[in-house]
Amino acid sequence: MNPADLRYDKEHEWVRVEGDTAVIGISDFAQDQLGEVVYVDLPSVGDVLAVGETFGEIESVKSVSELFAPVSGTVVEVNDELDSAPESINSDAYGAGWMVKIKLADPAELDGLMSSVEYDAFVANEA
Amino acid sequence: MTASDARFPKDAPVRGPRALIFETGSPESRCVEAPVLDVPEISLDEALAGGVRTQPPALPHVTEVEIARHYHHLATMNFGVDSGPYPLGSCTMKYNPRLNEDVCRLEGFAGLHPYQPLETIQGGLGLMVGLADTLAEITGLPGVTLQPAAGAHGEFTAMMMFRAYHTAMGDPRKRVVIPDAAHGTNPASVHMAGYEVTTIASDANGAVDLEALKAALDTDVAALMLTNPNTLGLFDPNIVAITEAVHAVGALAYCDGANMNAIMGKTRPGDMGFDAMHINLHKTFSTPHGGGGPGAGPVCVTAALAPFLPGPLPVRLDDGTYGLGWTDRSIGRVRSSFGNFGVFVRAYAYVLALGGDGLRAASEQAVLSANYMKEKLKGTYPLPYDRPCMHEFVLSGSRLRKEHGVHTLDVAKRLLDYGIHPPTIYFPLIVDESIMFEPTETESLEDIDRMIEVMLTIAAEAASDPDLLHGAPYSTPVRRLDEARAVKQPDLRWRPSSAE
Amino acid sequence: MRFSPVSCEHRETMLRAVGVTDIDELFESVPAAVRLGRPLDLPDGLSEMEAVSSLRALADANTPAARLVSFAGAGCYDHYIPSIVDHVVRRPEFFTAYTPYQPEVSQGTLQNIYEFQTMICELTGMDVANASMYDGATAFVEAALMASRITRRHKVVVMGSAHPEWRVVLRTYAASGNIEVVTCPVEDGVVSPATAALLVDDSTAALLVSSPNFVGHLEDLAALGEVAQAAGALFVVSVNPILSGVLEPPSSFGADIVVGEGQPLGNPMSLGGPGLGFFACRQAHLRQLPGRIVGRTVDVDGRGAFVLTMQTREQHIRREKATSNICSNHALNALAAAVYLSAVGAAGLESVGRACVAKAHYLREALLATGKFDAPYSAAFANEFALRYKGDPAVMHAEMVRRGFLAGVDLGAIDPGMDGLVLFAVTEKRTRAEMDSLAKEVASL
Repeated sequence: MNPADLRYDKEHEWVRVEGDTAVIGISDFAQDQLGEVVYVDLPSVGDVLAVGETFGEIESVKSVSELFAPVSGTVVEVNDELDSAPESINSDAYGAGWMVKIKLADPAELDGLMSSVEYDAFVANEA
Repeated sequence: MTASDARFPKDAPVRGPRALIFETGSPESRCVEAPVLDVPEISLDEALAGGVRTQPPALPHVTEVEIARHYHHLATMNFGVDSGPYPLGSCTMKYNPRLNEDVCRLEGFAGLHPYQPLETIQGGLGLMVGLADTLAEITGLPGVTLQPAAGAHGEFTAMMMFRAYHTAMGDPRKRVVIPDAAHGTNPASVHMAGYEVTTIASDANGAVDLEALKAALDTDVAALMLTNPNTLGLFDPNIVAITEAVHAVGALAYCDGANMNAIMGKTRPGDMGFDAMHINLHKTFSTPHGGGGPGAGPVCVTAALAPFLPGPLPVRLDDGTYGLGWTDRSIGRVRSSFGNFGVFVRAYAYVLALGGDGLRAASEQAVLSANYMKEKLKGTYPLPYDRPCMHEFVLSGSRLRKEHGVHTLDVAKRLLDYGIHPPTIYFPLIVDESIMFEPTETESLEDIDRMIEVMLTIAAEAASDPDLLHGAPYSTPVRRLDEARAVKQPDLRWRPSSAE
Repeated sequence: MRFSPVSCEHRETMLRAVGVTDIDELFESVPAAVRLGRPLDLPDGLSEMEAVSSLRALADANTPAARLVSFAGAGCYDHYIPSIVDHVVRRPEFFTAYTPYQPEVSQGTLQNIYEFQTMICELTGMDVANASMYDGATAFVEAALMASRITRRHKVVVMGSAHPEWRVVLRTYAASGNIEVVTCPVEDGVVSPATAALLVDDSTAALLVSSPNFVGHLEDLAALGEVAQAAGALFVVSVNPILSGVLEPPSSFGADIVVGEGQPLGNPMSLGGPGLGFFACRQAHLRQLPGRIVGRTVDVDGRGAFVLTMQTREQHIRREKATSNICSNHALNALAAAVYLSAVGAAGLESVGRACVAKAHYLREALLATGKFDAPYSAAFANEFALRYKGDPAVMHAEMVRRGFLAGVDLGAIDPGMDGLVLFAVTEKRTRAEMDSLAKEVASL
């Protein structure tokens, strides 16, 4: 069950809105599909992301997946803890496994994302 | 056996890991001693204008017997073609004849320097010309460079020739089309050659989707890169229509020759309409894989592309002697010297031993053996593309996963307990839980039957005791490894301080 | 059929099981139009004895450097190979194995690569090394490509004193458009750091240098390293590993990537292939390293063990975004190098280096004393040096072969710009008596 207070995109990123900031990570379904995460490559503070743009990469031992920005904005914080503990993404996808915080450029973009109910259905379809 | 087994003394030899060579021997140990210097000593500081090393490298200090035992122990932890069945799909792990190993070490070959006067390397040049001629006949493509060091290097070489060709035609192009079932080296080589990759899906028969191909082709396409027989072990029945469609937009057709072992003497890529291909001498022509090389990846091309071959090319001169030549529009060089000559000697020995008929018979047997295995296994392991195969075939482990939660990886690891090297797994990517078997012509019927029997046994084990498979292997020098730790806490070298 | 253990009877059994009467039925997916309707136009197969005799005839048509008194080098060297080396390399468990993708049954190959990586790090002074490349030339090029990825810059500046073949390979790869190559001219057999500084700027990904360079001279690595660093370019240095016991490692001069040709370490000359490319870099650039890397980890029982790691860099996972297309490398040559380095040890490697340097300096004096040569350059050198022959080097070479010598390498045949120059390399195998007689024979021409 995915948290009800988050929004989701079809690439399995989640967004938590905190004021004018969006916290971004990947869903529990996504981390389970990847297997043990061993490395995450994230953008730098100050980078400007457009919705749908690649903002990093996530790796398991034998796979690489791209991360796509669910909303546009400027990176204001990056989760440096993931450098030494990328497995947080597996153990706590919606908490310690967060990846970046961005200052929202266009809050209206949030309306294009899925609710948790919609995302549950989307995942049930993919599995 | 484990060391705790009561029947064995505590210090019984264990097959597991061994101390590093750096942790062996004592500081005064020596294997070879330097002879006494017979010229006046000179000051290194003066000769080398400063620049003299002060801190010696921390190399091993061992006697010869310690070296012999160290590498003997390492060898016992390895599995090679001599160790047992090695049906590794796409890799053609055929037996490596010992004749090859002897002749490549003849002083008249191994002792040649690449810059010797040409009159002193006539035999070496002649051997390279003979091998190139042989490959031209087998592939139906008359222009040959032996230079590339491996298959991927051959792919890159051909792409650079394509680039030069299109540029010479005043029509430089941007993209190369590759089916989704391709080896990873294909898109990587294309990228190194400065082209973009366009991926197309396979059709329901596992072959090139002709419509998808035609949709992807336009005058920006430099080439199609195709493995035929493909990575499912299937010969593409539309091959002529495919190469015609490629040529119709002015593009070139490249054949990844990884699967040449299926078709020697039966059909030739040049006759199918391919403009270029590479050959893996370490697959089709029996030269050893060496635990990851050296191989050799000669490239064969049409007469139209021959002017772009890298040089220098060994050539037969009018007077019957051999020399070196460069073509007018050569792309240059893709490595130093002439190629992996020691590998050429082995491959040429193989060609001489088998002859034309023997090469054809090798391909026929490879194909028959694969079909035999496929027929015996397809009732137990789903066969997504059920057609006569070439020298390899791809099963799916999807049923074991759905019914018993056993993955293809588990099947592969369990095979190790039976003394069989696993087939290629999780490739090609288009088959779920894929298992790719390539028995080659050098496995006996007894060994093939045993592989079949073991695969059926493992399927039964999956049903009765899936955890047995999840935990496999049990009998190997080490068991499943923590690969995530290897990435997260990289330990990529020994350090002198870590020993103290 | 040779090498296939399937008997006629077994073949029939298999055909029946497959449900065909003729093998050609299995080839029906091959369109009739492209079936080869004739036997291959190749000779009939030979017995082993006949094959050996044919190949021996070809080998005997050569006059190998190894049988002559050879002073040929220029990237490929006739060093002594201890007996143990080939005995290890000939173990079928090593040479008949595939790439170690199944670590549980490949610990021998994997542990050796880990030890080899360590040895390369020790020789070069760098933090990490890969499992090997094809040869020195391709390692040099891969270093340029890697530097371009790291710096996101397009131009590489190569010192014109690097091996001419390597520079051709670099140009050939650069035709892809992925990098642009600028060559720094040579002055008195070396490059001038001041000249290099004029070419290296903030669009430069790498400064690539060989030291010793092609004509044997030592480059000013300290100054060149500063030139690279000042522009934010990576400093790529190629070295001859046989001299690593006597020469300061490139790490001391700020090298970011160190590559080279490892053939001198226990591998036969074999007409220049297979050689051994080695590749090492600083820890910071690990994720951009091309090729295979082995790491140490543990198995489920907690035993130390080795495995291919950081594989997401590679072509079989990252495909067109991989750090290189390399798959097969030169693992068996790396094994030979590791056994060689174990056999000689640090003390032995230093002795080999000292002997090469001392003998090369002895020979240069002896040859100059014949009056048949001029010294074109004055810079410091190690195991190799170029002299200008006062005649036609090709004629001299041919005559010296008749007298049992391979009298260096005729550089004019490699690069017309070096017409008249002869490059002499001296390994520890050459004796004073052999050098004296070379000088005497040349003097008598």
